Amino acid sequence: MESHDESSSHEGPEETNQKRDLFSDDSGEEAETALELKSRQRQEQQELEEKEAMEELQMRDSYRFIPPTMEELEAEREMGVELPMMHERIQEVVRVLSDFKHLRFEGYNRNDYLKVLKSDLVYYFGYLPYLIEKFLQMFSPAEVVELLEANEVKRPVTIRVNTLKSRRDDVAKKLIERGVNLDPIDWSPVGLMVYDSTIPIGATPEYLAGHYMIQSASSWTPVMALAPEVGETVLDMAAAPGGKTSYIAALMKNTGQLFANDVSKSRLNALTANIHRLGVRNCTVINFDGRAIPKHFSSFDRVLLDAPCTGLGIVSKDPSVKVKRDRQDIDVLAYTQKQLLLAAIDAVNANSKTGGVIVYSTCSVTVEENEWVVNYALEKRCVKLVDTGLPFGKEGFTRMRQFRFHPSLKLTRRFYPHTYNMDGFYVAKFVKYDNRLPEEVAESEKAAEAKSKSDSEEAATTNGDNTNETKKPRKKRKRRKNRNKTGNHKRRKVE
Amino acid sequence: MRPLSEDEFATLFKKLSKYIGDNCRYLLERSDKQYCFRYHRDRVYYCSEDLMKKSASIGRKNIVSLGVCFGKFTKTGKFRLHVTALDYLAQYARYKLWVKPSAELSFLYGNNVLKAGLGRITENTPQYQGVVIFSMADTPLGFGVMARSTAECRNLGPEEIVCFHQADLGEYLREEDTIV
Repeated sequence: MESHDESSSHEGPEETNQKRDLFSDDSGEEAETALELKSRQRQEQQELEEKEAMEELQMRDSYRFIPPTMEELEAEREMGVELPMMHERIQEVVRVLSDFKHLRFEGYNRNDYLKVLKSDLVYYFGYLPYLIEKFLQMFSPAEVVELLEANEVKRPVTIRVNTLKSRRDDVAKKLIERGVNLDPIDWSPVGLMVYDSTIPIGATPEYLAGHYMIQSASSWTPVMALAPEVGETVLDMAAAPGGKTSYIAALMKNTGQLFANDVSKSRLNALTANIHRLGVRNCTVINFDGRAIPKHFSSFDRVLLDAPCTGLGIVSKDPSVKVKRDRQDIDVLAYTQKQLLLAAIDAVNANSKTGGVIVYSTCSVTVEENEWVVNYALEKRCVKLVDTGLPFGKEGFTRMRQFRFHPSLKLTRRFYPHTYNMDGFYVAKFVKYDNRLPEEVAESEKAAEAKSKSDSEEAATTNGDNTNETKKPRKKRKRRKNRNKTGNHKRRKVE
Repeated sequence: MRPLSEDEFATLFKKLSKYIGDNCRYLLERSDKQYCFRYHRDRVYYCSEDLMKKSASIGRKNIVSLGVCFGKFTKTGKFRLHVTALDYLAQYARYKLWVKPSAELSFLYGNNVLKAGLGRITENTPQYQGVVIFSMADTPLGFGVMARSTAECRNLGPEEIVCFHQADLGEYLREEDTIV
């Protein structure tokens, strides 16, 4: 009986069937049929449901989203568009673009969909069209939407414990007693993440005593990459308001000499106050334009440059960035950043016993402010990129649209709000191997090679080797070590 | 940046000795490194010699702070101690006052210490003596001047002032702009 196969999970019908056989003989046949009918009905119902589900799935797959034209969009704006509907449309277009070959509507190309998406993103999230284009250039549409949505939400509050005055366990215990809900951060030995608190975190007696500092987690990464050691001479070129500077001092254990520089006088107050509050004793606060620093100093062991940037990675902290930053801002800032980075490199002594390290960081996600600046420095100074030593982070780009960068750019690290729940950040760690300029190094190498060749020739002739006398004098070939004809770094095949 | 003159040194140490007495000399006679005082724009800074040497070449317009700022000289030549010097004062303090947790916040807001908030106090503290004020967890909170001697404090009512407020950690928030 087929009913047994269908309802094998429960033996009710079987038992009841047998029971009925026992009790009534003549209605046995009818009972079986009724039961059979019931189970058949159930089976049919199941099949029908499955079929409907399949149809729905197919219908959804075969549902082709038609992108509205520009005129339709404008008309929509004038009438007043509903945000939930726009949000749904954004999701639809992203879905289509993710599998364009199968999901596109016939007759419409990728650009039509992209136009709709850009216009919707500009309106829904409130960015300049230029910025939306920039994000779409760097990420897939789905990731762009993730990034923009992450920018709408604030990142969790994080605290860095000041090891000059306290320990993480003590601070955590005291704050929990006061009514703060927090957890230690696993990738940092001094970090605490605050979930919620009944009291203002920035006004506890422990805060005033300098036991901790409210600082976003991504700001710890450049100092961790810098890894200053005890007894060194370190410079923080753009130090205000002093979170990174005090972390550097804590890692140096108040030894050595730390210089905290900032160009804006108004922010120096906060910097000095923070330094005093956190008990930093080895620091001199100075007020220079970063680009002028190499004229006054030239022998730092390590330099940290947290360059002024557009702040496109910290939109959640400062939403005005969405409409303030345009093409000119990025260009001007990129130029300043390049100058500052060269100055930072010039201020470091390559022959320092323990260091020769420069860390460049920004709180932006654009390639113009990050990889481009780093690549420029690689070409202009005798520096090389090394691993930042950070436990996580996405690799920097080696190619993006029209840019082609040195393959070592892979060692730099990018952080995004939607992947790590940290502010958008970029960190690059350089090691300076020579105090001279690359051209001088190349020339001196040439001279040294020529000298060694002539030396070896002399030595050979004095030995009385006949074969050398008959040889023609060798042509001095210009030795290009890593550079191609245009003088750029040769692209090496990366395994 | 220049070294302090004789008079300035005298004024500085007179003020410091109100709080830390003879221990003043330990500020300059240190076993680990040589430290020194320097004067810049009416303010007195305390830092190690090697930091001072490296910073010596920085121009007056460009240097803002050097090591730890102890305080400033007022226009009439008196020396005013700032809360930024608290760590050193607490280290060498001779007379200490511990404040109950209930009165901690009140003191951090800038109020004087009342008898109700008094936890512990060093024996034989004379009247008008400079004291360093600690929380019960031994965190320095600020410093002040005794209104009454230890013996007199025992007989005070709960609302009477025990110690006048001179400086507290709350100034880092309240007076961020003027403190350094």
